[in-house]
Amino acid sequence: MQELTADAAIELRGIDKSFGSVHAVRGASLRVERGSITGIVGENGAGKSTLMSILYGLYRADAGEILIEGRPVEMASPRDAIGHGIGMVHQHFMLVDSFTVLENLILGAEGGALLAGGLAAARTELARLAGEYGLAVDPDARVADLSVGEQQRVEILKVLLRGARILILDEPSAVLTPQETDRLLQILRLLRDRGVTVVLITHKLREILAVTDKVIVMRRGEVVAERRTAETDAQDLAELMVGRTVRFDLDKAPAREGETMLAARHLSLVDGRGVRLLDDISLEVRAGEIVGIAGVSGNGQTELLQVLSGIRPPTGGEIEACGRRVDAAHPVDPAEMRDLGVAHVPEDRLRQGLVPAFLASETSILGYQDREPFCHNYLMDGPAVGRYCADLMERFDVRPRAPGLRSSNFSGGNQQKLILAREMARNPKVLLVGQPTRGVDIGAIEFIRRELIKSRDAGCAVLVVSVELEEILSLADRILVMFGGRIVGEVAAGEADERMLGLMMAGARAA
Amino acid sequence: MSASRRPLPGWVEIGLLPLANIAMAFLLVGVIVEVIGVDPLHALKLLVLGAVGSSEAIGYTLYYATNFIFTGLAVAVAFHAGLFNIGGEGQAYIGGLGCGLAVLALDRYLPPLLVIPLAILASAAFGAAWAAIPAWMQAWRGSHIVITTIMFNFVASALMVYLMVNVLIAPGSMTPQSRGFAASAAVPSMQAALQWIGIAVAPSALNLSLLLALLACVGVWIFLWHTPWGYGLRTMGHNPEAAVYAGTNLKRMTMLAMCLSGALAGGVAVNELLGVHHRLVLDFAAGYGFTGIAVALMGRGHPLGIVLAALLFGALQQGGAELAFEIPAITREMVVVIQGLVILFSGALVHLPRPWLQALFARRG
Ligand SMILES: Nc1ncnc2c1ncn2[C@@H]1O[C@H](COP(=O)(O)OP(=O)(O)OP(=O)(O)O)[C@@H](O)[C@H]1O
Ligand SMILES: [Mg+2]
Repeated sequence: MQELTADAAIELRGIDKSFGSVHAVRGASLRVERGSITGIVGENGAGKSTLMSILYGLYRADAGEILIEGRPVEMASPRDAIGHGIGMVHQHFMLVDSFTVLENLILGAEGGALLAGGLAAARTELARLAGEYGLAVDPDARVADLSVGEQQRVEILKVLLRGARILILDEPSAVLTPQETDRLLQILRLLRDRGVTVVLITHKLREILAVTDKVIVMRRGEVVAERRTAETDAQDLAELMVGRTVRFDLDKAPAREGETMLAARHLSLVDGRGVRLLDDISLEVRAGEIVGIAGVSGNGQTELLQVLSGIRPPTGGEIEACGRRVDAAHPVDPAEMRDLGVAHVPEDRLRQGLVPAFLASETSILGYQDREPFCHNYLMDGPAVGRYCADLMERFDVRPRAPGLRSSNFSGGNQQKLILAREMARNPKVLLVGQPTRGVDIGAIEFIRRELIKSRDAGCAVLVVSVELEEILSLADRILVMFGGRIVGEVAAGEADERMLGLMMAGARAA
Repeated sequence: MSASRRPLPGWVEIGLLPLANIAMAFLLVGVIVEVIGVDPLHALKLLVLGAVGSSEAIGYTLYYATNFIFTGLAVAVAFHAGLFNIGGEGQAYIGGLGCGLAVLALDRYLPPLLVIPLAILASAAFGAAWAAIPAWMQAWRGSHIVITTIMFNFVASALMVYLMVNVLIAPGSMTPQSRGFAASAAVPSMQAALQWIGIAVAPSALNLSLLLALLACVGVWIFLWHTPWGYGLRTMGHNPEAAVYAGTNLKRMTMLAMCLSGALAGGVAVNELLGVHHRLVLDFAAGYGFTGIAVALMGRGHPLGIVLAALLFGALQQGGAELAFEIPAITREMVVVIQGLVILFSGALVHLPRPWLQALFARRG
């Protein structure tokens, strides 16, 4: 027993945590060996993030013990955790938007009263890390201007820069492309070989199987199983997580296309600094089909969704949405787009899709607050909103079923399900979806993809933007590839494979 | 995020925490009072009696509270939209200009039932207009609203002095004030109103504007939490990007929030001019706009909390005045210091007692 704890970098014993009536973690115990990569998997809301937040000092456990390197420690705040060499990359970004990358990197470790020294040191260190791990970002770019994928890279760099010896990553790859993810996994291996202990929370079993030494499975707050990675496989893990058989394949009937519901013609978007974000984009989405947009994040997909949903007016070209023409001279606002029947699931759920401080019931009507049945005679109907939210939660299996809980207190995957539910429930004519299953567990991925296909079969025109090739391949009837703000290729789903798309996404082949 | 943000039970958060803040402020006040050679307990007794010791004292406390409710609501509405309106002072003042102009133009021709509502509307409209200019500058020109609203307080003050001295001064008057309003423009005093239903209280400055203030509380509550515009306004305050996504026009919402805020500040003019002075005077809004910030913060932006905080500040104002009157060693300035300490402890240092309360309730729970 004594030696056993000695080579455990982390040991958690009987950790218990409740938030009011939500029992998030129930007597969880686990060990993480020093210099290993340990994976934690589990459904949305299983308590993975909560357990790691306790380890990182963000929450205090109601009961239980934390041992680091065999010694019991108090984790009263992240400062304590950092003091014990623990670094965490969060599921939700914790960056200051208006700061540059470099300023974010030295935040909390400014290295003296004058910033110049710390900034210069960070700049060299950053260049080194960027070279070594291939995590390139422009140190002087403002975080607000970065894509989701780039922001994630900054988060990872931030922890690496602190020289953490124990690294906790909460769904780090949720927004990375397969290529970038492979690079991340390489980094993790490299770190492990240098004696760093890595804990990796992810919903992607491929990553677990590729890189971890051991997997811990959580379900409803408990640690239910532990496996040597070499002795398990995806099917086994999926069943342990969900408690039932999961089907990975998605059988869908061929699309029955109808009229064109959404069309873009020679669409372009140039920002204030003259950067061409969208360049001569033309596309059509017909009723009853799913068009997938593949591409490495940061190649204009975010902006395309913004323009198509009415958040930003295009600077050139035109859009035709459900019969309404939109161009630079005739802009449309998102509310009007919704009226036309265009629903939008935004890529970045925490920044756009919901208001963290709002109740789940309030979030469940964001954008629809002035419609029946939520609002009549200029007054909102609170009970009706609550009932509606409860109904959405039931249909989309959002856990916990608590319309009165603050949106920020739901786990990432459940927030996503709530937003999807909100946008899909009103039977839109056009559905724009950014990263539909980002941070969502496998059981829910299966569910969400089936729902998207159901919408399609009901005659909805669906446009899916995803950095997951596998997702695009399994969902889309037609695939467009974006690179550098342009559409560089179009492939019918049946003819596409990962390698070919991967090449196009890297800009290797222009169509 | 850090340890200090861990949640406390709801009633501790809204009930006990503010009380602990006030207690700490009073403790410090007690020390200061002791130092200047006055018995703190005696002073406290005078303060409390001065604020609530008689029906006259209560009347004055409620009269001050009326002003604080208006300005507290004004700050809170803007704050829910993520806007820091420091200009309640100037908006109340210009609201008074609207009020005065409306009454001076109409009071000889129309009955009270028309003059008073029109004067109230004019107060609100002028207050809103004064807030609309900084709002417009923020929404379309990017000038920060904190700076512009502060500057507009000075502009309002200068403008009013000019108008009162040169234009609106009553003919032959030595002091810069307008002619008295006709009786048709007087909001009835609470004493008169209560007498009418058979309750006798001592006369005070308290008038039926208090009911208007309470009505405004209900209105703000309904607006913010039960209308789609209030929903959009709060969305903007929490998360502007989500508001854009939801179809809220941020520029227009900024205008709406600030106009509403300014209109509420205009309520001070109703209480002061229609209820008490019965003429247009200088500096009637002095201090209320700024204290409104503290009231809104202490009331956590909720109308109910604002009423409670306004009562506290009303009591401090009234009790403090009595205290200064009774004990010469305690000057008016000392009373301002007391108010300042309450603001300090319940505003800037609001989280100070939190760790102790947390420890207390962690052990219990
Ligand atoms: N601050 C909080 N207040 C109330 N409930 C919370 C809070 N934080 C988490 N929860 C609840 O605790 C449970 C566990 O959440 P947690 O975020 O740990 O899940 P997770 O396993 O990380 O899920 P995901 O894979 O979706 O990220 C969920 O039911 C969640 O709603
Ligand atoms: Mg999580």
